[in-house]
Amino acid sequence: MSEYDHDHPHEPVAADEPPSGARARALEELLLEKGVVDRDDIRRRIDWLASRSPADGARLVARAWVDPAFKERLLADARAAALELDLDPGPSPVVVALENTDTVHHVVVCTLCSCYPRALLGPPPDWYKSLTYRSRAVSDPRGVLDEFGLRLDEDVEARVVDSTADIRYLVIPRRPGGTDEMSEEELAALVTRDSMIGVSEPAEPMPATT
Amino acid sequence: MEQAVHDRGGWPADEPIDRSEHELADWELLTDAIVGALGESGAMNVDELRRGIEGMSPAEYEHASYYERWLYSVETILTEKGVLAPGEVDRRLAG
Amino acid sequence: MSYRVGQRVRVAARPHDGHHRTPGYVKGKTGRVERAHRSFANPETRAYGRDGLPEQPLYLVAFAYDDVWPGESRHGSDRICVDIFEHWLEETA
Repeated sequence: MSEYDHDHPHEPVAADEPPSGARARALEELLLEKGVVDRDDIRRRIDWLASRSPADGARLVARAWVDPAFKERLLADARAAALELDLDPGPSPVVVALENTDTVHHVVVCTLCSCYPRALLGPPPDWYKSLTYRSRAVSDPRGVLDEFGLRLDEDVEARVVDSTADIRYLVIPRRPGGTDEMSEEELAALVTRDSMIGVSEPAEPMPATT
Repeated sequence: MEQAVHDRGGWPADEPIDRSEHELADWELLTDAIVGALGESGAMNVDELRRGIEGMSPAEYEHASYYERWLYSVETILTEKGVLAPGEVDRRLAG
Repeated sequence: MSYRVGQRVRVAARPHDGHHRTPGYVKGKTGRVERAHRSFANPETRAYGRDGLPEQPLYLVAFAYDDVWPGESRHGSDRICVDIFEHWLEETA
């Protein structure tokens, strides 16, 4: 949850807040006065964004790993599959899940801005929105993956997906080995945000202690 | 063909990706919410938001933070549409 | 003109004054239709306050890495896929 202060709207909330902070609050004030935006709506939107996290995306992936029929439904229509699990797929009309296999590894970028399935993954990390990632994800995908610690075999196709339009893309990473005995909840805990962007693989299971 | 400032695919960028992350500040969440609310009400849509950002000069674009670009665009587009008077935000800040 | 999955298509190399969502790095390049999405409102006109209608068909087009970045010959089978509107695509052999 986030608090924001209406009592002193033009004073910085934090010592290191940029001038944009006061500017945003002045803008909000003006728009509220003009009736262009509604205070409660603003609050709801802030609360919604602050509540988003990769846990929802991870649930989709874990279910797909354990339930092949669900996986097919997820691949056909990720938005509907999310709704099936009572997850909020977000305002985008189409969400597409991209399955990583032994021969194809997907990586998602938005070179033109920052399009990202944030309802299912939370707000995008700064690096996803950075000029460097946006430039190099399409021109040097293997170099980028290397930086994230992921070395693809030469016989695996790197497939970069540049989301330039209204489609939001989510990667279904490959299920790690040694996870056959794990519950769906345990599997979901292995699915990282970065693995659903495609820049790294999911976490490995902890070694079994017997 | 000249490449627009926001069109970054393949733009010269040899440096490593800065992987540090920051949690969104209150003002950034607020800016995001304002844009969402404007979209819902029909006052300004996401394509206008992007068009506004794309009108920044390369220097402005590259030095602004992500949500600073959004704020710039909202002010530009809403002023263009007459929802805000020119300089109105500045005047409000000046008290 | 409607395109089928697997069909070879070329992205128009035309300059476009104003907002559009076809990235420069694929203009003039040839790829294959990977997915035929549904139609969407046209951002090129929505960006100027219009309603973006009629909706335009959108395709995910896959380009060979080597075709997009000639000279970088190490990545033969890698692909770059981009969502592109039908009015930016042309038939090609």
